[in-house]
Amino acid sequence: MSLLSIESLEVRHGLLRAVREVSFTVDEGEVVAMVGANGAGKSTLMRAVAGAHRPADGRIRLDGVDVTARRAHDRVAAGIALVPEGRRLFADLTVEENLLVASRVKRSGPWDLAAVLAAFPLLDGLLKRRAGNLSGGEQQAVAIGRALMTNPRLLLLDEVSLGLAPIVVDTLYQSLGTILSGGTTVLLVEQDLGRALGVSRRVLCMLEGRVVLDESADAVTREQVVDAYFGLSRAKGGGAANPATAVPEESEREPA
Amino acid sequence: MNWINAIVQGVMLGGVYALFACGLSLMFGVMRTVNLSHGDLAVLGAFLVAVLAAAVGISPFFAVLLVLPVMGLVGVALQRGILSTALRTGEMSSMLATFGLAIVLQNVLLEIFSADSRSLDVGSLATAGFQLGPSVSIPYLGALTVAVAVALLGGLQLLLARTGIGRAIRATAADADTAELVGIDSRRVYAWAAAIAVATAGLAGAFFAMRSSFSPSMGPTQLLFAFEVVVIGGLGSLWGTLAGGMVLGVAQTVGAQVDPRFSIVAGHAVFLAVLAFRPQGLLGMRRSRT
Repeated sequence: MSLLSIESLEVRHGLLRAVREVSFTVDEGEVVAMVGANGAGKSTLMRAVAGAHRPADGRIRLDGVDVTARRAHDRVAAGIALVPEGRRLFADLTVEENLLVASRVKRSGPWDLAAVLAAFPLLDGLLKRRAGNLSGGEQQAVAIGRALMTNPRLLLLDEVSLGLAPIVVDTLYQSLGTILSGGTTVLLVEQDLGRALGVSRRVLCMLEGRVVLDESADAVTREQVVDAYFGLSRAKGGGAANPATAVPEESEREPA
Repeated sequence: MNWINAIVQGVMLGGVYALFACGLSLMFGVMRTVNLSHGDLAVLGAFLVAVLAAAVGISPFFAVLLVLPVMGLVGVALQRGILSTALRTGEMSSMLATFGLAIVLQNVLLEIFSADSRSLDVGSLATAGFQLGPSVSIPYLGALTVAVAVALLGGLQLLLARTGIGRAIRATAADADTAELVGIDSRRVYAWAAAIAVATAGLAGAFFAMRSSFSPSMGPTQLLFAFEVVVIGGLGSLWGTLAGGMVLGVAQTVGAQVDPRFSIVAGHAVFLAVLAFRPQGLLGMRRSRT
């Protein structure tokens, strides 16, 4: 059985249909990358899975259990953890407090303070510093560590490399390698296509609220992903997506 | 020596002010929720203690212990019924809603208990004290109030700074949505904070009623003093609130020593001076956001 199963999910921001009838599944141990342009609905989808945003319609199941109606803290207890876009650390709390505050859900697992510090060596010696005073890369490491402290079965990573220097991103992805090899199921949003294809076995591409491409990372070419990313397949009438479903009706387009 | 006595009496008065401000400090300073009915909830607590003590014939001190959990439940109801709804539509609506609640509370108390002043009878404890030098006397009740204030504010400060619950409270206050994402039930945290805040308001009301007379209309004045104490001490610091209470109390009694008319004015002047020269308060930290 798949660990995460999303069925005709519909998420709205007011009148805007940010996620439109999205369905897909993620198997236990799988690492899935999600790409797509700004405003394609990736972050909204991630937040909906984590429980930070109530979907208007559809179902989210974790290990077969319907969690659609559960609140975010309850989903953390069930094993879903989100590293939110923009990190969202508690700025006035220390690094140590930011990590420990996430360990109040009593889920057993390999992750504790020592394990997080071992996975992110760049946090060495920073435990007593206020999280607000850290550099972007250090903050991102704390944000990932904080999510790991809940010992999730499904880790959602939203744009971990956003706004960071390439060398810092390299360091983060090295650390992520440890996590990814540990068997945690991961769904990650990544703008850098090379990195996305590098760490994942499967790639999803979103366009205007819909999943327009869902292929294994080995089978898909860069061109196919780029086509799906920009919606070029519609013009060509080919590619991974069926043009009939990928092209939204003019009437249901909303201003972004 | 009169000056020393004025300062000592100011510290005693400051104990009451610190108690009043304790709940407000937690709600306003830490949770960032403005509760304008705080003073009237304190008066409600005083009346509940008075009614219970009279009806059952027990000492007000025992009655306080019974009233505290009731006030806690009032706090949960306040949070669940009014504040959580109001917070979703912005800070202004929580101010308006609690301002409305304050007026309702005042008028209900006025309707039931009339405008007469009354006080809680604690027997000889109200006037007894011990002599410290020729012109300085320390009332037992005042000393007890200060001790309770130190224990309560100190305890809460340690809870916030050192415990897992305290971390969860601070994280929720900073960013409730993100707190949910790390597994914290933010509604429960808010409910607990409101329960503690309103229970301590009731405690403050009871101690105030033991040392002087009270009536349904005194809530807004106490609210004003409590806000001044929180700001003088610094937002987010409960030790600061304790210090702020002492500063306001001493300012008022020393002002009164100069001329009885200056008592309240001196308190306000110190508050304005703090706002002008140390806006972050005595022990407050400048907050930052990422």
